[in-house]
Amino acid sequence: MSEIKWPYANEFGQEETIESDVLILGGGIAGCFAAISAARRGKKVVVVEKGATIRSGSAGTGFDHWESACTNPCSRVTSKDIAEAYVDEQDHLSNGIMHYITCEEGWDRLCDLEEMGGKIRDTEDEFVGADFRDDETKLMFAYDYGSRFTLRVWGKTFKPALFKEMKRLGVTVCDYTEATSLLTTEENGKKRGIGAIGMDTHTGKIRVFKSKATVLCMSRPARLWLFSPDLPGLSEFRPLNSIGSGDAMGWRAGMEFTMMEKSVRAEFSAAGSSFPPYAAGNNHNTWYACTMVDSRGVEIPYLDRDGNVLKTVKERYYPVEGQKFFLKGGVIDEPKYEYRGPETMPFDELMKRGYKLPFYADMSRMPKLERDVIWGMMIGNEGKTAIPVLQYFNNKGFDPAKKAMQVYGTGWQSASFSDDERQFFGAPGGIMHDWDLKTNIDGIYAAGDQLFGSDCAGTAAATGYYAARKASAYTDTVELVEVNRADIDAEIERLYAPMYNETGYSWKELNSAVCKCMKNYCGAIKNEALLLQGLDLLKSYREEIVPELCCHNPHELVRTHEVLDIMDVAEIVLNSCLMRKSSSKTLNFVRSDYPEMDPVEDHHFITIRQENGVPVRGDVELDYFGDLKTEYEKRNQDYINGGKK
Amino acid sequence: MKKMNDITVSVVPCSANPIIFDETKCIGCGTCASVCHGDVLLPSTEPGQHPIVCWPGECWYCGACVLQCPVEGAIRLEHPIMNRTKFVDAIPEPEDK
Repeated sequence: MSEIKWPYANEFGQEETIESDVLILGGGIAGCFAAISAARRGKKVVVVEKGATIRSGSAGTGFDHWESACTNPCSRVTSKDIAEAYVDEQDHLSNGIMHYITCEEGWDRLCDLEEMGGKIRDTEDEFVGADFRDDETKLMFAYDYGSRFTLRVWGKTFKPALFKEMKRLGVTVCDYTEATSLLTTEENGKKRGIGAIGMDTHTGKIRVFKSKATVLCMSRPARLWLFSPDLPGLSEFRPLNSIGSGDAMGWRAGMEFTMMEKSVRAEFSAAGSSFPPYAAGNNHNTWYACTMVDSRGVEIPYLDRDGNVLKTVKERYYPVEGQKFFLKGGVIDEPKYEYRGPETMPFDELMKRGYKLPFYADMSRMPKLERDVIWGMMIGNEGKTAIPVLQYFNNKGFDPAKKAMQVYGTGWQSASFSDDERQFFGAPGGIMHDWDLKTNIDGIYAAGDQLFGSDCAGTAAATGYYAARKASAYTDTVELVEVNRADIDAEIERLYAPMYNETGYSWKELNSAVCKCMKNYCGAIKNEALLLQGLDLLKSYREEIVPELCCHNPHELVRTHEVLDIMDVAEIVLNSCLMRKSSSKTLNFVRSDYPEMDPVEDHHFITIRQENGVPVRGDVELDYFGDLKTEYEKRNQDYINGGKK
Repeated sequence: MKKMNDITVSVVPCSANPIIFDETKCIGCGTCASVCHGDVLLPSTEPGQHPIVCWPGECWYCGACVLQCPVEGAIRLEHPIMNRTKFVDAIPEPEDK
């Protein structure tokens, strides 16, 4: 391939210092709301984003469900109902604080979005008269039309609106800047965050961010087990550059994590095993509750939780008599009876009864408004569907009133993976925190996908706003601190190192090796000997391969540091797996050397952090957050009494 | 510094062709390159030319480039052949189930 001219400036070796009260790392939904929250409190705010904030992050091009909006005017449940249900559903290995904040404040964030120009209601009266629409408020509901706590929203409109509002409030946005490490200092024997270092992904320039408080709003980890060197952008469900750098830099700084031993059998990788998300026929999430047929055209029955066949489409959206609500959505797989909603007949039973593959999602048999809301509104706003699914398939001649979309595999993930191919899905582990969403390091807070057990854009918005509220209050008690020059120099040396090698290994070769290591030594069935082998192999990569990594431009350098971050996260995962000496159904965690499932003495959070290069274990009781409503209200009287703006 | 003064780059091909420009429509404004998640597009150094799809394999197929493009039809997103879901005419319900 012929060389092309690098279009950006060469600023390797250059450095600038940027000061703020509140520093936000990551400009997705959580980061934008964190920035707006702190700016509204009069703070000087800086956002550091690896992509371009206007469309970056997992929900940058959209999302369709806003879960747990319990305080919306049409809701028939309380925050206590839903937050406690989620905690119970996950056997208390669940983030109650995050759930309660999402339930209690999510609707306020939607109102913010509406004021900024985001669309949260059917203002064009497209769906008048639909069962899922309240004709007075024009709000639209999903899943459970009876309890009305999950809203259908036009998430495609949200990121540009948030970006505009941040600019209006005077937030400094550093796009195409990769945050690479946290800066800390020791004060009275305790660690405190004082900023971060970043690198311009186009020019190589170093940015030193000095701050009074920092909010981590980056992604959950990815690409630990799944990697395609040919189509790396499709390796995972979330964006290519969302790979858990926040976790990695937290780990290097001594941050505490929990539930990092939890992973599930992979569900998405359009680099081979599955189709583009939401592009294959199915009946979950965005496609709920699509009519499904087999290859003969025989309709696949939906059942209520007691196994009774539902006769109408409408019945798929209501709890059974005597049930207050049911749970569906991103982290709900096979819910407990109490929270279980309608579902199609189990796959094995369908096979037994002679239903013929392949199956199809057939919206042509649905009432018009139910069809139009799935194909057009939901597919059109969810994740990356507006262009790659809705526009793409419409252009290819797909008409939901006349055509049927094929279903692949047996579930909504449209693929078959081996048990050893894992993914962080279904409320995975993350950063441990208190009721202020503060990490174990003073001055550093976390939100969105960085929090353990979190999921969904509503959580990102609510916790981003909340964390920055608490971080802003903290900034009133501290001053900016001079950064130790030696810390900056050491980080620059680490960052630039692969640029000095003329030849050597590529980031793709190393990422492939890390994933193979994880599949072999940290797959579905774990045991001590294999986990130690995994750590040993990673150590050899650090000693022998990492010094030989080679890059030719800032773009490759960014990708290379992503893989180094993936290695750090792999180390957290392997060590966390070693610490839990039993198996756990809730955590999808199987140890062949400790097969006992969920013994009482281990049924709690195990935390992990690094101190002087050695992993340190902690044990935290379930429900450490106390009674959710009481504890939330105790700490948020200012917000409850007029502080929502 | 050994290599810092010498940034080199060339297109890294892959098995797919995710982003296709219509040169008759593109006005070369560079908006697509400035909003790409994965930074897979490099702005052209020739004024008025569309960006170079430098790292097509790193495309996440989110469509941000198409969404933000000021000219309809100037950019098209195309899935790898293996990812083009099959759809059929809706199958009528059999009379005898």
